[in-house]
Amino acid sequence: MGYETVIGLEVHCQLLTDSKLFCGCSTDYIGKEPNTNVCPVCLGLPGSLPVLNKKALEFALKAAIALNCEILPYSHFYRKNYFYPDLPKAYQITQYDIPVGRHGWIELPYSHKRIGITRIHLEEDAGKLVHPTKTGRIEHATYSLVDYNRAGVPLIEIVSEPDFSSPSEAREYLMELRSIVQHLGISDGNMELGSMRCDANVSVHREGEGLGVKVELKNMNSFKALERALNYEVERQIKLIKSGGRVEQETRHWSEPEKKTISLRGKEEAQDYRYFPEPDLLPIYVDEEILESIKSDMPELPANRRKRFVSMGIGEKEASIMVIEKSIGDYFEEAVKYFGDAKSIANWILGDFLGELNRAGLEIQDSRVKPHQLGRLLTLIKDGTISGKIAKKVFSIMFDTGDDPDEIVKREGLVQIVDRSEIEKVVEEVLSANPDAVESYRKGKANIFNFLVGQVMKATKGKANPNVVRDILQKKI
Amino acid sequence: MELFELPAWKLGKMMESGEVTAVEVVESVLSRIEEREEILHCYNEVYGEEALQEAEEIDKRRKGGEKLPPFAGIPVAVKDNICVKGKDITCSSKILKGFISPYDATVIRKIKSQKMIIIGRTNMDEFAMGSSTENSAYGVTRNPLDTSKVPGGSSGGSAAAVASGEAIVALGSDTGGSIRQPAAFCGVVGFKPTYGLVSRYGLIAFASSLDQIGPITKDVRDAAAMLEIIAGKDNYDSTSLPVKVPHYSTMLEDDISEIRVGIMEEYNAEGVSEEVIEGIEEVIDIFRTMRVNVKSVSFPHMEYALPCYYIIAPAEASSNLARYDGVQYGISEETVEDIRELYRKVRTSGFGKEVKRRIMMGTYVLSSGYYDAFYLKAQKVRTLIRHDFERAFKDVDVIIGPTSPTVAFGIGERTADPISMYLSDIFTIPANLAGISAISIPLFKDGNLPVGIHIVGKALGEIDILKVSYKLEQELKERGLYHGI
Repeated sequence: MGYETVIGLEVHCQLLTDSKLFCGCSTDYIGKEPNTNVCPVCLGLPGSLPVLNKKALEFALKAAIALNCEILPYSHFYRKNYFYPDLPKAYQITQYDIPVGRHGWIELPYSHKRIGITRIHLEEDAGKLVHPTKTGRIEHATYSLVDYNRAGVPLIEIVSEPDFSSPSEAREYLMELRSIVQHLGISDGNMELGSMRCDANVSVHREGEGLGVKVELKNMNSFKALERALNYEVERQIKLIKSGGRVEQETRHWSEPEKKTISLRGKEEAQDYRYFPEPDLLPIYVDEEILESIKSDMPELPANRRKRFVSMGIGEKEASIMVIEKSIGDYFEEAVKYFGDAKSIANWILGDFLGELNRAGLEIQDSRVKPHQLGRLLTLIKDGTISGKIAKKVFSIMFDTGDDPDEIVKREGLVQIVDRSEIEKVVEEVLSANPDAVESYRKGKANIFNFLVGQVMKATKGKANPNVVRDILQKKI
Repeated sequence: MELFELPAWKLGKMMESGEVTAVEVVESVLSRIEEREEILHCYNEVYGEEALQEAEEIDKRRKGGEKLPPFAGIPVAVKDNICVKGKDITCSSKILKGFISPYDATVIRKIKSQKMIIIGRTNMDEFAMGSSTENSAYGVTRNPLDTSKVPGGSSGGSAAAVASGEAIVALGSDTGGSIRQPAAFCGVVGFKPTYGLVSRYGLIAFASSLDQIGPITKDVRDAAAMLEIIAGKDNYDSTSLPVKVPHYSTMLEDDISEIRVGIMEEYNAEGVSEEVIEGIEEVIDIFRTMRVNVKSVSFPHMEYALPCYYIIAPAEASSNLARYDGVQYGISEETVEDIRELYRKVRTSGFGKEVKRRIMMGTYVLSSGYYDAFYLKAQKVRTLIRHDFERAFKDVDVIIGPTSPTVAFGIGERTADPISMYLSDIFTIPANLAGISAISIPLFKDGNLPVGIHIVGKALGEIDILKVSYKLEQELKERGLYHGI
């Protein structure tokens, strides 16, 4: 009998507002001297009071609209009470019974499955603990340090319905979600840097039976880690059930180096957060006017952009890849302005360009090759100045230097040879240097022809126009 | 008459005309502190030298022909739960020992901009939890009118300072009566403004939905002037009201014949002392002779106010006081096994008994499984109490009753029985629950301890309250029921 998997995700995204959720401190805390990006409010000093950042609310509403949520005209903040040194007030200001939005959905780009969004709400981030040991782990530390630079940075939490039946679906959702927040311009969705974080609830059950016991998974810091952690956990649970064991309701931690999940705490250790309405903040009223102005200001979202790319002649899969990372889509659209053949641009971006970027560990927006230069390179191929093969070489130099393709072609003498007499000369030389090959071709070994083309190309350092070479060879042989 | 006996408005005029200097005023108050403080213990700290320096500066500027605000140079005492930049602030708790505020509360910014002189921080019940100023980690404050009695609380230090002349005016905070009840016990004027009229930014929170800063003064005119200074919309407090502050002090002498006065029917309920009942009846009589129509109004949910308050206030307090954990500021422990031990040690030794009691009550009523039965129910009761007032205010504009069921009680008399202590605020708590304005003004009779006359107004009904209490104060003076200090 088979097993079915049920997964739900809780995703936190840091919002790209200028200031924190309840004070004027900057949200740009990464790399700053510890505890310098703080004020009485985000430190939770006695007597300080929170004041809501309206921009953060606007961003949360944008997300709620993009995720097809019901927007609630009235919502409010709650206090979630618990003790932890990274939480300066000993409570987190968050939302509880009435979030900004609820009952939304998202359609997955590949499987086209519709995933329900339970809710989306606004809350503040905590500070960070630093454990000064070699491992950086709390169990090896004799003391810990606290850095409140991040405390109070605005987050949205997006809770999905338990609608995923496989780890790959969960990953697809997370990537689409990231693309949406990137397109909205409300979060950079960087999992490695922690501006997008993901927890998962996982359970398995035998086909046809009721739902299994769910386990909460934490600490997946990349898309790959999410998928790996979910796969591991699904297998662990199935194995456990098969061997007659029982899955415990607990929270488990994904260890990337060990490639396994480790029990963090059981159900009985679950805390009572004593939620109650935050008396220091007024209720949030979202009237039609605000909503309309946000709606009228919505940027193009990934689903639409994909469709538009397809209509430009791009394959569905290629379009998806370019949209899933907003910056690639932006680059593509910019390059198309300089070279009208969208399909060629897409092929170049998804081929050589992404390859070079991966090797160099760069993001496309940080590349030295600018969209107009890529467009120009493709123009040089199209007008016959260089061959496709030479273009790869030119691109590689462009990637390293950022120089214009025209300049590289000129400097390196890479202009294509189209002069027949010049090529004929080389063909003659190749034929006389390879009598055996000519012989076997004539005896019927047709694939020797390509060898001879290759020899001519080699002799011209790839500069000969391959079509002309073929034409001449055919006639001469 | 000594300078420390005079109200701020009089001293302000005298300083402006050059009759006295700010240095003379401050010296007078400091000498009074010298004389009385050892017995009374109004202050946790006095800023004597700084106050004199500031006074000299003010005199110099005035001499140079500069026009200064009317209260420039007036010594003001500040309750030890309002943040003053660069100064220690303790809430009379051990847990905050050594903490120096890096910022000014909004009200402090305002009094500083008026060039008022902060003379010291006053003793209080720890975290404003109490009605006698006996719950202080730094010792009790005594009532200046009878040093065997409590000054009331929690703003007992502020009230005693104003009553004794150890300050000219003071700031207090009122969560369930903490300005009005000590004002009543010490025979001074205490004003709790409408919730949101005065910014809470920089007031160390006890119960956020109830807390409000207000003035304690020698007379109604000073109360009006102080309110004018500290009130107003503040962008640092989301709950502050977007209203323009009226010029209260210019309206005091306006005619009150249009104001409808109500008497709280429950003023002679069980537990209200004879002298308090007599005091209220005296006031009713005064209004009658003034030909002010006095109407009786009832509060059907009055009896639920105290239990309702003792759910909501501790619930909020349990959350507000959770931040005192020994991590960032205040007392801490150097060597502990883990973070839990740090929390346990710091909070066990740092908080006093009453604070612990309320944290436990608050934690309990917010716990899952009890939230609906206690906290949610209390919020509904709070709405009913608000409705009681709304109903009453259809017929009247202000409501008169006692501030507290008794006059000042003896030190140590109620410390063993928290309920008897809580009952001291039974008449003041409803105004906090409803978020409306209220004042206590003193009535002195036959050399007895004063009775606090409580006048409650609508939300933003400050003008009505001030006008009525000003008139009442004049009448009390005429009848020899006014004391002054």
